Amino acid sequence: MADVPDNAPEHCPGTTSEQAGKSSSCEGCPNQKVCASGATKAPDPAIAEIGAKLSTVKHKILVLSGKGGVGKSTFSAHLAHALASDSTKEVALLDVDICGPSIPRIMGLEGEQVHQSGSGWSPVYVDDNLAVMSIGFLLSSPDDAVIWRGPKKNGMIKQFLRDVDWGDLDYLIVDTPPGTSDEHLSIVQYLSATHVDGAVIITTPQEVSLQDVRKEIRFCQKVKLPIIGVVENMSGFVCPSCKNTSQIFPPTTGGAERMCADLNLPLLGKVPLDPRIARSCDEGKSFLNEVPDSPSAEVYQNIVQSIKDYCSNRVTEEQSTT
Amino acid sequence: MAAVGILDVDLCGPSIPRMLSIGRPDVHQCDAGWVPVYADAQKSLALMSIGFLLEDPDEAVVWRGPKKSAMIGQFVSDVAWGELDVLLVDTPPGTSDEHLAVLENLKKHRVDGAILVTTPQAVSTGDVRREITFCKKTGVRVLGIVENMSGFVCPHCSECSNIFSKGGGEDLAKLTGSVFLGSVPLDPLLSSSIEEGKDFMQSFPNSATFSAINSISQALLSSLQND
Repeated sequence: MADVPDNAPEHCPGTTSEQAGKSSSCEGCPNQKVCASGATKAPDPAIAEIGAKLSTVKHKILVLSGKGGVGKSTFSAHLAHALASDSTKEVALLDVDICGPSIPRIMGLEGEQVHQSGSGWSPVYVDDNLAVMSIGFLLSSPDDAVIWRGPKKNGMIKQFLRDVDWGDLDYLIVDTPPGTSDEHLSIVQYLSATHVDGAVIITTPQEVSLQDVRKEIRFCQKVKLPIIGVVENMSGFVCPSCKNTSQIFPPTTGGAERMCADLNLPLLGKVPLDPRIARSCDEGKSFLNEVPDSPSAEVYQNIVQSIKDYCSNRVTEEQSTT
Repeated sequence: MAAVGILDVDLCGPSIPRMLSIGRPDVHQCDAGWVPVYADAQKSLALMSIGFLLEDPDEAVVWRGPKKSAMIGQFVSDVAWGELDVLLVDTPPGTSDEHLAVLENLKKHRVDGAILVTTPQAVSTGDVRREITFCKKTGVRVLGIVENMSGFVCPHCSECSNIFSKGGGEDLAKLTGSVFLGSVPLDPLLSSSIEEGKDFMQSFPNSATFSAINSISQALLSSLQND
């Protein structure tokens, strides 16, 4: 049964939730008895299907943050560009921010639509070896709002993983919205029959950001998702005129560096602010191509190398234990 | 002095307690419901946030939609706010459970409208357009648009850098027929005041940032009074 069946009432808690069949919204629903019996909470067959479908994806990386506006989508997009700069690698970027899908714009794919074929949905290609999927491609207008509750968002994420014809991939990057809720639980759940290399966690130097990021780290620990490392965005600004550095978002509690030391996590890098990053994203271009000599671009490239090393070390470890 | 309440419905990332330097007091019950936490001795600023209900501040609230909606329902119905001039509701990004739950539970009360916050970038206004559609579809009046992170004036040489692009807030207001309430510059003093729970408005009354926030508040208050 679908997570939110077509004949379900407006506040359906979802057929696999604890409240299935038991919530007040379930009164009068034709599926109430089945849900209450627990039958709908049997493992979703989609999990095994997704496991099979994604068996040809070598590395899966989730990009997370507890906090909004820290640059997750910017980072995900540039990670994808950087990995795909090796033309021998096949890379895909999946955007599961259902309410705020920024990836199409950042990748220069606004207005593109998704096509269906016999083998499922085709992602949209930026380059021969770089594919993207986002709900943005399914919306007909830039004003369309996706006003969906959790269960319906979960259903969409399931479809993205199960029904998109990704093909053989070296890397699948998943960009997420901020938080520790439906999208995050669903992604982890639907990928549970596959191997996920780990999560990259994005923050800014501020305590109000770190406060939420610590929760995200707890989430990862709770669902046993390995953490590849932390990226600190918006880490200082060098004035283009006088070259002095300002800490626009002061690290009042020691920034990501202190948090990583406290939690024994790798700090992958500290990316300084550069107005050309925002401009590139708005124009749908890769900042790494546009301004490769920027200090921010150099930090990005180092971070990407650390991620690549982490992924290939995991493969080496697995090979040596089998 | 106006009595203001803040309801923080960002359950996964509750930032308001830190910003008001409220720490982690216990939340008490009275006959009328939960007593909100007051930021000041005069009780002019009341707050309710899930931040107060967590034993451990680093504890993640890993809840799916229905549980979040139920909590928000309780926050709206069961908090004994008392007499308030204004209730502000701070929301997480998106157009999902939290936003629908707030509106459903406030249905029997009057919702004056929504302030939409953006940064100048197209990547940001691209999402805020969708939030405006959400307001239109749910019958919430758009009181206006505020553009945050609107330029940075270097404290060393006074050069202004448009770190997050320029003009998006005004463009969005024009495009959607909304009021542009104003823009707030990037200001390290604002960031650090907020982190340390200091009242920026008290500490830096001569700053450009103060002036910007003040004029936005005045514009908003007069628009609410003219209703």
